[in-house]
Amino acid sequence: MQKPTPPRWADRLLEWFCAPHLLEEVQGDLYERFEKNVRVFGEKTASREYIIGVLSFIRPFALKRQTEVSPSLYHKIMISNYFKIAFRNLLKYKGYSFINILGLATGMAVAMLIGLWIYDEFSFNKNHQNYDKIAQVRIREVDEDGVGISTSMQYPLLTELQTNHQANFKHIMATSWNVDNILTAGENKVARKGLFMSASAPEMLTLKMQYGTWDGLKDLNSIMLSASTSQALFGDSNPINQVVKINNEINVKVTGVYEDIPLNAQFNEVKFISPFDLWVAQNKWIRERATTDWDNHFIKIYAQLNDKTDFAQASANIKNAVLNNLGEAFKEQAERKPEVFLLPMSDWHLYNYKYGQVDPEPLRMVWLISIIGAFVLLLACINFMNLSTARSEKRAKEVGVRKAIGSMRVQLIWQFFSESFLVVVFAFFLSLLFVLLGLGWFNQLAAKEMMVPFTNPYFWLISAGFILLTGLLAGSYPALYLSSFQPVKVLKGTFRVGRFASVPRKVLVVVQFTVSVTLIIGTLIVFKQIQFAKNRPVGYTREGVILIGMKSGDFYGKHDLLRNELMSTGAVVEMSESMGAPTGIWSNNDGLEWKGKTEDKTESLGTLVVTPEYGKTIGWQFVQGRDFKRELASDSSGMVVNEAAVKYMGLTNPIGEDVSWKFQKRDRVHYKILGVIKDMVMESPYEPTSPVIFMIKGHGGPNTINIKINPAVSASEALPKIEAVFKKLVPTAPFEYKFLDEEYAKKFAAEERIGQLANFCAILAIFISCLGLFGLASFVAEQRIKEIGIRKILGASVSNLWALLSKDFVLIVIISLFIASPIAYYFMSQWMKKYIYHTEISWWIFALAGIGAMAITVLTVSYQAIKAALMNPVKTLKTE
Amino acid sequence: MKRTYLGEFEEIVLLTVAIMGDMAYGVSITEELEQQTGRSVSVSAVHAALHRLEEKYMVSSHMGEATAERGGRRKRIFTLTALGNRTLDEIRLLRNRMWESIPLKILSALPR
Repeated sequence: MQKPTPPRWADRLLEWFCAPHLLEEVQGDLYERFEKNVRVFGEKTASREYIIGVLSFIRPFALKRQTEVSPSLYHKIMISNYFKIAFRNLLKYKGYSFINILGLATGMAVAMLIGLWIYDEFSFNKNHQNYDKIAQVRIREVDEDGVGISTSMQYPLLTELQTNHQANFKHIMATSWNVDNILTAGENKVARKGLFMSASAPEMLTLKMQYGTWDGLKDLNSIMLSASTSQALFGDSNPINQVVKINNEINVKVTGVYEDIPLNAQFNEVKFISPFDLWVAQNKWIRERATTDWDNHFIKIYAQLNDKTDFAQASANIKNAVLNNLGEAFKEQAERKPEVFLLPMSDWHLYNYKYGQVDPEPLRMVWLISIIGAFVLLLACINFMNLSTARSEKRAKEVGVRKAIGSMRVQLIWQFFSESFLVVVFAFFLSLLFVLLGLGWFNQLAAKEMMVPFTNPYFWLISAGFILLTGLLAGSYPALYLSSFQPVKVLKGTFRVGRFASVPRKVLVVVQFTVSVTLIIGTLIVFKQIQFAKNRPVGYTREGVILIGMKSGDFYGKHDLLRNELMSTGAVVEMSESMGAPTGIWSNNDGLEWKGKTEDKTESLGTLVVTPEYGKTIGWQFVQGRDFKRELASDSSGMVVNEAAVKYMGLTNPIGEDVSWKFQKRDRVHYKILGVIKDMVMESPYEPTSPVIFMIKGHGGPNTINIKINPAVSASEALPKIEAVFKKLVPTAPFEYKFLDEEYAKKFAAEERIGQLANFCAILAIFISCLGLFGLASFVAEQRIKEIGIRKILGASVSNLWALLSKDFVLIVIISLFIASPIAYYFMSQWMKKYIYHTEISWWIFALAGIGAMAITVLTVSYQAIKAALMNPVKTLKTE
Repeated sequence: MKRTYLGEFEEIVLLTVAIMGDMAYGVSITEELEQQTGRSVSVSAVHAALHRLEEKYMVSSHMGEATAERGGRRKRIFTLTALGNRTLDEIRLLRNRMWESIPLKILSALPR
């Protein structure tokens, strides 16, 4: 007979749950018991008893695995202990922990926002999959003014590239200029910027299609809409094969809908695309004159490289694509030695050309911002270091005891690092919260659409690296310094932090305040410069003027009709038409002649065609002479010039002077100067006004309607009345207008952005610095509590003690003022050089920044100082 | 110093370990307990108690020899430590002292 054995499953169960180090004895005992039970009661009972026995072992002691103490585990235990101690320390000194974590979190949030900003700058255009293969075709020309890089190309160059250089490229794409167009679908009308592009564009730019395919532009009469345009025209329905009318002229069929191109890409404004060939077909002048004219630059050309070529090679191949074709007919152009080259997509944003050279501004901006961000983070780290070292005396005893009972130095270093890491990790999560809360505001400030890339593994990788770096940076000083204490000295009490122990701390505070004060001075100067430019006499009235772009043919030839209707509503005092808005000089020309013109006067002058009431609409101011008069037929050959033009022409008595203009190959036309107006700031408010000539008849016509609203009527009342007139007279176009004062304010956007960014960083820098100072002051007050007690007993007044405790800090701030001022002066005078029309860096800015910094410091320190000074000396002296 | 507290079952197990001498291991203790007290005792309860006693340094243990009926597995032999010994002694002294403090009148009334 086979020997009875216990039930297998129960055995298995036991082996599974029982801790390995107990299994042998437990199983042995159960077997022995089983054997005996078999002998006494038989197998069945024995088995049952065995099962009960096994199940009853399911209790904690048998389940719990023995923890093996191996060297690696020993480290684990120590590390968990480090964190435990670190956590207890955080809780014990809540004030310090709060200051540390809040300061670091603020610094990290700034660094993170700025990191996002830099990421956004560098990821510009990267949403296109062919990013490293796309380039824009550019031409470099040399003339007497130097090197010029042009972006607009001639039509024959496109033909030339397609016929003779196609081997280099996968696609060659031509586009029109980006202009507002009116799209109509049924009753819906919208004005959208769009481009006419070659059929390869969707594939080249790897548009994300919602409806339709990349082949959408292959039909001549087609249009592809961005998702937002489609939404505006057709709502949520599928618009494929619907008919859209462009500018009330061309009927096209929707062949595709693509997702809007993200804001950080070159073509973000392109809200619809139609075939380039359609544009050519619609414009007679292109077909008749431009296709062979090497002097007419009016298109843009982009290309995608073949897989086999690189940019340098392709650029070399197409270098003479223009020059070789100029021949005798375009001798003048050939003298300028046009060189065709490719500008890779990666260079479009940060390394683009301006005035013939790579524009250093965008990259400089990136550098500037990243340096400021790094400094703000550094300030936060300095806080941490300072507070830790300041508390070192308190913790010296702890270090002594630890060392005495056998801690190695390495272990102490680890302990302090784990403390700093804990703080940094807390700060990191807090800063994430700050970033999430502040991102909307920051996006508005930076005019971007940034998001925290939570799903991007690199984000977490960088964040981890960031935590590591900050932890090391912030924790290194205490970790290395505190762990070097000698236990005997510390415990015996002979350990004294020397007179100079606080020197590095003070130096760090000086660094903090130097950075903060520099930022404050910088901010003040930027704002002063903006204010200076804003206060500049503008020369016309911006308030209550609205501008309407004449976007379709329907607007034209209705001037008098519109004017009469608008004026009769009572909401409008004047209406006129002009070439471009008053906030820009739309047209510049040479070919002007006047009495006493010298050879060197080759500059182009602004030549703007306006209707006679333009001056009344925008309220220009006359220095001499008179305005245009509609009823005087002779005024159509009159001119109104600005002071800058008079100065440039060198006319002593300008009124009635004869000025003639030869426009390109047309006949010379003669004008008489009727009046001189005060300079109007039409372009950059930081630059001298350029000479401008206004006339009623010129070359080309007005394209903008200016309307001056009756000051007695509010804009909200006036606008519906104006709209009604336009609805009646120009029914095919949507009523879209802009306010002149808002347009003018846009000129300050870039500077205001820098100013606000600097302001933001400066405020946070001073906040972080003060937080650190607050901590230090409370530490000093605590340290000197006995001294204060004794002084009080001996008769020191509260103000005496307050001065005693504040003195050191005020001194530190004064030192940093003296360091910061020249630094700020140097950098800001560099910045000012960019602006011809700029303010002075006056002494009061430094004084203001100094007084401000001082006031904040005194306020911060005073709280602690007065608190210490008011303490009851009996209480402080009683202890020990 | 605070004396380590022993529960009733722990005390009995500890006594049994003392009784068994160098033969004290899970099953033998269980059987001895059953005989001495007449109540049914599970092996796991004894193991748990021994485990606790070892944590309290009342007993020490080492692995003994293997036998065939245990499927070739070794036993864990428990021996009383000095602390265990003293603890038992203290418990007995305490009990004795308390017994002696019972007034004679009441003591004689108790069933013998």
